[in-house]
Amino acid sequence: MTPLALAPVHVATPGGYLLVLALTLPVIGVLAILAFAPRRARQVALASMAAGLAVAIAILAELLRTGDALTYVVGGWQPPLGIALRADGLSAALIAMTALVISATGLFARGMQDLSPETRDGRAATTFWALLLATWSALNTVFLGEDLFNLYVALELLTFAAVPLVCLDGRAETMAAALRYLMFALLGSLLYLLGVGLIYGAFGTLDIRILSGLGDGGPALSVALALMIAGLLAKAALFPLHLWLPPAHAGAPAAASAVLSALVIKAPVFLILRLVLDVAPPEAAAFAGQLLAVLGASSILFCSVMALRQARLKLMIAYSTVAQIGYLFIVFPLASGPEGTPPWETIAWTGGTLQLVSHALAKAAMFLAAGVVAEAFGHDRIAGLGGFGRALPLSAAAFGLAGLSLMGIPPSGGFIAKCLLLTAAVINGHPWLAATILAGGLLAGGYVFRVINTALASPATPLAVQRPIPRRLEMTALALAVAAVLLGFIPLEPFGLLQIGRSGLATAVAP
Amino acid sequence: MSSAISDTATLFGLCGAALAGIGLFVVIAHPGLLRRLVGFNILGAGIFMVFGAVARRGAAAGLPGDPVPQAMVITGIVVAFSASALAVALLRRLFDLTGRESLEPPAAGETPRAES
Amino acid sequence: MNLLLDLALVAWLIVLAIHVARTGDDRNAIIAFIAFGLLLGLAWTRLGAIDVALTEAAIGGGITGLLLLRAEAHLRRGRQAGSAPRKASGATSIVAALASAAIALGLGLAVLAFPSPAPTLAPPALAAIDATGLGNPVTAVLLAYRALDTLLEKVVVLLALLGVWALTPDHLWGGAPALKEANPPQPLLYLARTLPPFGVLIAVYMVWVGADAPGGTFQAGSILAAMWLLVMLAGLRPAPETRSRLLRLLLVGGPALFFAIGFLGFAVAGGFLAYPEPLAKALIVGIEAALTVAIALALGLLVAGPSSKAPAP
Repeated sequence: MTPLALAPVHVATPGGYLLVLALTLPVIGVLAILAFAPRRARQVALASMAAGLAVAIAILAELLRTGDALTYVVGGWQPPLGIALRADGLSAALIAMTALVISATGLFARGMQDLSPETRDGRAATTFWALLLATWSALNTVFLGEDLFNLYVALELLTFAAVPLVCLDGRAETMAAALRYLMFALLGSLLYLLGVGLIYGAFGTLDIRILSGLGDGGPALSVALALMIAGLLAKAALFPLHLWLPPAHAGAPAAASAVLSALVIKAPVFLILRLVLDVAPPEAAAFAGQLLAVLGASSILFCSVMALRQARLKLMIAYSTVAQIGYLFIVFPLASGPEGTPPWETIAWTGGTLQLVSHALAKAAMFLAAGVVAEAFGHDRIAGLGGFGRALPLSAAAFGLAGLSLMGIPPSGGFIAKCLLLTAAVINGHPWLAATILAGGLLAGGYVFRVINTALASPATPLAVQRPIPRRLEMTALALAVAAVLLGFIPLEPFGLLQIGRSGLATAVAP
Repeated sequence: MSSAISDTATLFGLCGAALAGIGLFVVIAHPGLLRRLVGFNILGAGIFMVFGAVARRGAAAGLPGDPVPQAMVITGIVVAFSASALAVALLRRLFDLTGRESLEPPAAGETPRAES
Repeated sequence: MNLLLDLALVAWLIVLAIHVARTGDDRNAIIAFIAFGLLLGLAWTRLGAIDVALTEAAIGGGITGLLLLRAEAHLRRGRQAGSAPRKASGATSIVAALASAAIALGLGLAVLAFPSPAPTLAPPALAAIDATGLGNPVTAVLLAYRALDTLLEKVVVLLALLGVWALTPDHLWGGAPALKEANPPQPLLYLARTLPPFGVLIAVYMVWVGADAPGGTFQAGSILAAMWLLVMLAGLRPAPETRSRLLRLLLVGGPALFFAIGFLGFAVAGGFLAYPEPLAKALIVGIEAALTVAIALALGLLVAGPSSKAPAP
């Protein structure tokens, strides 16, 4: 009955068990926190973080050692009946990025909670740890999943972990922000699920690797992909579906904002990439790529201007997130080289990945620095923060260094990313995309320098710190910002790691 | 696959499409959050019914339907319920804090209330 | 004859859905939705999916309906006099109508364009079932072939509960939710006294036969949850405090056992979530039993909502 080949598409590799660990360890931490809260919550979380970080590094090392993707077939049940997990170079890079940002955020949150010991074992603190770990598992599942329905469950896991993070402090406006976020996320999930049903109806399989080898799926596949991508766009907050993001990301506690803006938003983007690259037939992929690039460019321009106009620091950073996500979508029409070059060997592919990773590091650094500022002065209105750099030099430095990546100024990962994208836009003859990249950089310069100017200002009455901030807390943000800068020293060429494990797939994008 | 089974499956598949459309309409058009939640549930039911049609079309080997999409629907129903519960809890809290039942800016006559 | 029945069923479903969209009153809409859920259960039997029909009737119609009704009652009580229900603006309605019509149309076309013969995994699912020792292929999919989905979905339910609990006002953190109706009506009290023993019996039976016949952990869990909710609504038993250690251990127990047996697979069956063949059925039924308790508690607590009483000192 089924047209599928019986030879296994996925062959488990020796290091495959690491993928299971990456997926399960944080969630086991969640169970432990639920069972033993409140007193053990933070120990469990920090221990899970150490273990998860080690697993992420091991995956990266194993991938570089073997030069091939890691695969695991869960329970030994081969797809299409069962579920496979797979880490190629891109997945491994994103898993490492996630581990780094989550661990840094965890350390920051621990320091923040130590500032108010009376609430340390309270509702918000214990819940935060469980949600942070759940977010981590969900992200790893998204990056590793090969099965579209398994990815649906992962997306829902992500939604249920991320939405309560928004309203942890219980203020009324964060409730409204969380509800709006939940509505968009649920609608996105349901549209995605609808597409999954149609794909199963057309092919009888949901395994991405098997699907990439099957030919034309007719109207069912087109409708399915349109629905899934539309749903994921709502989750990724691409213009014009971005309205839920700024209040949600700005209203959350600083550590939560960092995770939401740096990581959570990347999961739907990654899935769109996989759908366009691995599942869509070439013509559809080219069309979708053009459309996504237009939306991406609109996001960059519109939301950068919106960021410039914000009075509150955290809202400004949140709008900047929507703008920076836009860059990831202009990669689609750019990722084509000379005849026959697969997308992952192009400079745009490296540039896009680098943009994704450096934005994660830089944006987490910014939100953490902003959290320190808000904690120290009791508010985050930019106009009322004149001279904050004198009181919090490390936070101001973290903000400035992170800003380099957003603007695309050397040395920074963001500079290399935008430089590669700009080159690709020029070579491929997309002058309007090149212009957008440049304009986006200038606008980012506008909003970053506005904060730097505020930090360096010397008002008549120096700003009074309401609450002393320990250095260690500021160091976390600075470390992330420095990491974003260090990414600027990788060579300007298609990056080997990102090609690992891609070549086995049928080339789908040929714009 | 006999044609009767195929007809039933197609009929319910089309019904699922219609339900998904109606549910989506309620979700987008209705300002009240509680009604939107009902809309989400109808949208979900329509989607699950498309899965059900797919499963029924896959009846083979003596089974009345393909068990894989059926199992997915069971998973989906539980997830959908969890989502409704979280949304209801958020809505009740928002209402207790502000008296608002929708996400649009409060209209005249809706005064914020103190924390309960 | 059957086709006529199906057409009537489909017509009723669509009429009820349209009623939900058009009625001015939320309570009215929710009651229509509950009827919709029950008819949906019927539709699922027509699609040859008894397992789904049971789940849909119990969770989709029943427990979701209760959740929404309670929310509506809460809003109604707290609503100030004179706050009229809002109407959608004309422009929004038109945009929504266009978007929904486009989706329904695209979906309908896709459904009509499904390939024939339909691709199916029924034969491989059946061919592999001997290795699990089970007789119900849906259970085999849920707990063996795609056990990872089921495992993660259990975590989703727990996370939803965590998210609901996180909405507790700080001074009530750890306390018990209030579920009791102010004046439980006599029929409710009567049902709450008589039904639960039967419900528990049915649930145990469902877990047991679920291995081989329609039924299983979700269906049993939702019936247990319904019984528990009935007892709490009637005020025969109070809702437990959310900080209770026993409650938390029971909630976590099911998924934890699932994980433990999953990892055991590394040692004895060659991989995560693989079962050693002679023990497969016993292990799966064991997991299901533990999950049933966890699911029942989680569903009940999700309806009960965040705690509304400070924890006892």
